[in-house]
Amino acid sequence: MAEELKRTGLYDLHVAEGAKMVPFAGWDMPVQFPQGVLGEHLHTRAHAGLFDVSHMGQVRVAPMDGDMTSAALALESLIAADVLGLPEGRQRYGLFTNDQGGILDDLMFANRGDHYLLVVNAARADHDIPHLQKLAGVSVQPITDRGLLALQGPMAQLVLDRLLPGVAAMKFMDVASHNWNGAELWVSRSGYTGEDGFEISVPQTHLRSFADALLDQPEVMSIGLAARDSLRLEAGMPLYGHDLTEETTPAEAALSWAIGKARRRGGAREGGFPGADRVLGQLADGSATIRRVGLRPEGRAPIREGVALFEAEAGGAQIGTVCSGGFGPTVGGPVAMAYLPAELAEGGLVWADLRGRRVPVRISALPFVTPSYKR
Amino acid sequence: MLKYTEDHEWLRDEGGEIVVGITAHASEQLGDVVFIELPEEGREVAAGEEVVVIESVKAASDITAPVAGVITAVNSALADAPGDVNADPMAAWFFKIKPADAGVMDGFMDEAAYQALIG
Repeated sequence: MAEELKRTGLYDLHVAEGAKMVPFAGWDMPVQFPQGVLGEHLHTRAHAGLFDVSHMGQVRVAPMDGDMTSAALALESLIAADVLGLPEGRQRYGLFTNDQGGILDDLMFANRGDHYLLVVNAARADHDIPHLQKLAGVSVQPITDRGLLALQGPMAQLVLDRLLPGVAAMKFMDVASHNWNGAELWVSRSGYTGEDGFEISVPQTHLRSFADALLDQPEVMSIGLAARDSLRLEAGMPLYGHDLTEETTPAEAALSWAIGKARRRGGAREGGFPGADRVLGQLADGSATIRRVGLRPEGRAPIREGVALFEAEAGGAQIGTVCSGGFGPTVGGPVAMAYLPAELAEGGLVWADLRGRRVPVRISALPFVTPSYKR
Repeated sequence: MLKYTEDHEWLRDEGGEIVVGITAHASEQLGDVVFIELPEEGREVAAGEEVVVIESVKAASDITAPVAGVITAVNSALADAPGDVNADPMAAWFFKIKPADAGVMDGFMDEAAYQALIG
């Protein structure tokens, strides 16, 4: 028998709103609301969308000796990113790597003064937490008494500042605590849509009332996982398990930017994370043979995950596979991401096998939509 | 009179040709339709043969020929406005088929039987 699905603190709200619930990474999650995926996607790009992302793993990592430097250095032994250089009140994107330089998970980490707050993928939390708990000198606590919301879209700032005065002054990737009705909310200006917006960690005691307060705002609509997927796809953001796996390295995944200068060759804290030789070697000499790229089919038919790619309209060996793909409502056409030979240039044409017929697909820059972060 | 298939197609007899679309129930299940690929006019098809590809925001699905026959017309306007399938599924026809055998419509469900099927 299948393991029972976990429910977020907003399960009853989703059901009351008429959401279609589906299993996702062990959780019973809303995949879409009555508005429909297209409407939810476009609403988020035009107004403000509310996402329940409470399934994601929130983890507190604190130094045993009270010195954040020791926690930073411990985390740097697992994460290919500059943790020590992250100032208090700021958040950064990072990658857990394995000994082969493959990606174990991607995550956000924030410096909250006396601890780091990590947010990891729901599907990888059961892996990441024991992985972190092997570290010496830090306490690693999964946070289970909080939910996580994302408010995304051009009107997110206007809306959230009504409830939490002062958040409008935050810049992209700032983190701060705000009091709301006696609860301490942890706010970061970040997201997974390419839009300006916020992610808000809320105590379970206040999760429902805070979500209700947001939904009472005329600009806000509930958004499901399907639209979250099309929004992140248009924003060129990878999804672990699809676009990132233990087999792909940061350079192959086009995520070299996540590895700060201090961790690269010649940097102050060069290497020191699993697989650093291979990861930094690929960064230094461009030796990665494949690379994650964007794809725009020339026609209107979406190409989805698993579709095989070829160099020619007929014959020839397969050169790659679509890792994420679908219809981009804001783009107004199909968009996809794939791993292709690194030497293939942007703007070039490849062919996708769609139901036994090869259709032309253009290699395209990522993201497909211009992000509107508040820098 | 409208007839229905177990694949959630509606069929309308139009002077010996059968007009084919999908039901409101099917369009709701599919979600927002974003792409439709129609067959070529004049194509001879077997019953159950895949003739239309329909892509929603969620997934690709096929629409099959309800009977054996020849495709006599396709609604090419639909390819440019796939959302019409969600907006008005009973008006958004996909193709017309001239059945190889007369009387084939009798074998399909009527409205009451179809409503019972989808509960």
